[in-house]
Amino acid sequence: MSGVDRLNVPEFERPIVELEMKLESARMDLANARDEAARVSKEEEVKHLEKDLKKLTDSVFGNLDPWSRVQLARHPNRPLTTDYIKVLFDDWQELFGDRAYADDPAIVTGLGTINGVKCFVMGHRKGKTLKERLECNFGCAHPEGYRKALRKMKLAEKLALPIISFINTPGAYPGLEAEERGQSQAIAENIREMATLRVPIICLTIGEGGSGGALGIGVGDRYLIMENSYYSVISPEGCAAILWHDAKRASDAAKVLRLTPNDLIELGIMDEIVPEPYGGAHRDPRKAMDIVKATLLRHLGELQTIDIDTLLDQRYEKLRKMGKYQEVPMATA
Amino acid sequence: MKWSLGSKRGAPDGLWMKCEACDNLVYKKVVEDAHHVCPECGFHFRISAAKRIEYLLDDGSFVEHFSNLESIDALNFKGQKSYKDKLLKAQKNTGQREAAVFGTGAIAGQKVVFGVIDANFIMGSMGSVVGEKIARGAELARKEKLPFIVVSGSGGGARMEEGILSLFQMAKTSAAIKRLQDAGGIYIAILTNATMGGSMASWASLGDITIAEPKALLGFAGPRVIAQTVRQELPAGFQTSEFLLDHGFVDMVVARKELRQKLISLLRYTCREMPAYVKQSGRQTSKVEAPKVASR
Ligand SMILES: [Zn+2]
Repeated sequence: MSGVDRLNVPEFERPIVELEMKLESARMDLANARDEAARVSKEEEVKHLEKDLKKLTDSVFGNLDPWSRVQLARHPNRPLTTDYIKVLFDDWQELFGDRAYADDPAIVTGLGTINGVKCFVMGHRKGKTLKERLECNFGCAHPEGYRKALRKMKLAEKLALPIISFINTPGAYPGLEAEERGQSQAIAENIREMATLRVPIICLTIGEGGSGGALGIGVGDRYLIMENSYYSVISPEGCAAILWHDAKRASDAAKVLRLTPNDLIELGIMDEIVPEPYGGAHRDPRKAMDIVKATLLRHLGELQTIDIDTLLDQRYEKLRKMGKYQEVPMATA
Repeated sequence: MKWSLGSKRGAPDGLWMKCEACDNLVYKKVVEDAHHVCPECGFHFRISAAKRIEYLLDDGSFVEHFSNLESIDALNFKGQKSYKDKLLKAQKNTGQREAAVFGTGAIAGQKVVFGVIDANFIMGSMGSVVGEKIARGAELARKEKLPFIVVSGSGGGARMEEGILSLFQMAKTSAAIKRLQDAGGIYIAILTNATMGGSMASWASLGDITIAEPKALLGFAGPRVIAQTVRQELPAGFQTSEFLLDHGFVDMVVARKELRQKLISLLRYTCREMPAYVKQSGRQTSKVEAPKVASR
């Protein structure tokens, strides 16, 4: 990775990366030390830097505020759906197209095998390179993306394959053509059908859970979310624009919206937080993959022991309990 | 609303009102007789849940259900105004506990489960209570084998002040509607000005039959957000009922005054004794039970 890439990080993480680079160069100098005096002085420097780094990372990563989590969820180096598919699934067979209008690259669908378990896998695709990102509209799907997902989910149902959904989108694409082709209808239909698909469904939010665009492939039997992800009815920027007519107050909005994994558990929406390597999945992608793999296998194992009608009842009951309200006593006649 | 009933300039003697769509001064009595539709341009004014019930259901047939459900500020939401104040104000202005008013009623004698999402209450946005009433309504319709009719005026989409809780009402309502539909129940969605966002991307788009009032704003993303994203002006008529009809997303656009008669005609088809060929079929349809037929 070049130095330029490494500094392409959120503001709060930058001092850490800078210190890490300093430490690396000090270590390099140490390795190349020409005499004993230089070696001792460099050794001292490395020790100091290591101590500083530990202190800095603890203070930064030890108490991330909601806005920092949102930034980590959007981190340019964060593992994406396609990374998880590539690393965790063998014999990957990607399936394209909605058979009605087009193939939307913003949602990827296919068949894959994890630890010998055959699955149907789908997820939002954000793209790696700028070209890919543009093609995928930065992970914002059009109606054909949702219709493609539904069509392949029906195939999974027929093949009795469990479904794993990787959620990572800022939201469904807001555009002229998306409206013309029925963005609302496509999302609504997916949500409705996923409520009764006769195979287990695991929904794992790996980054951004952007509103209806996330929910469009996000109804199932397990709602899992990675530690540095968020799920929200509206983007913090959008919320700030509505509340204070100032999108720059997104950090305040992130607090107000209660969108962090802990909030989502407390509010009865998410089931489980998937821990990440210290400082975020991007700092040790391999380890993040291992944790995700173990988590998915555990849930797949559990879900495969439950008979499908029981599972569907549980899926419905979980949804039915979502929401908070009060029932005021009625005056009796 | 832009038009003011009391101002001297806008509404002399309180007998006239200004149409928010065409700016014409129109005689209030004429507007009311036309079910709150502008005689000049045909614009459908926003009406209350009570008016909606009056216009569509048989006189005195409506019995409200789930009326004791009340919203709470579960997130302790800190915007400019507190959510609690917003709720209190909306309750005071509408005389309703929430945006959703659900119950049972009859249309030309046919019993139905009927609900309205009143756009006058926080833009008809969907929080936990609205979602719960839709879900309970669908469940009641399934249990009683009655047609389920919902009139949406939910321009606010998912209610921001309830955060993630309101977002997942999309899933809750859709799942309940799916159960009703899988059991053979019929759901008629009537879309009115405006229905957007999370409401449009869930229950409002799932009707077995979908009717829209003329010129209603209906869509997923707000027009302003779209204009900013695509950086161009939106074409005239974009995201209107007629636009949705053109693109195949609603069955019909029906003027308010003809809505009741249209429902009577449609219910004649949807509420019937199952013909013999359905009963004899060995397929899954054997599980399907027809909605109850009106007793008279
Ligand atoms: Zn007018």
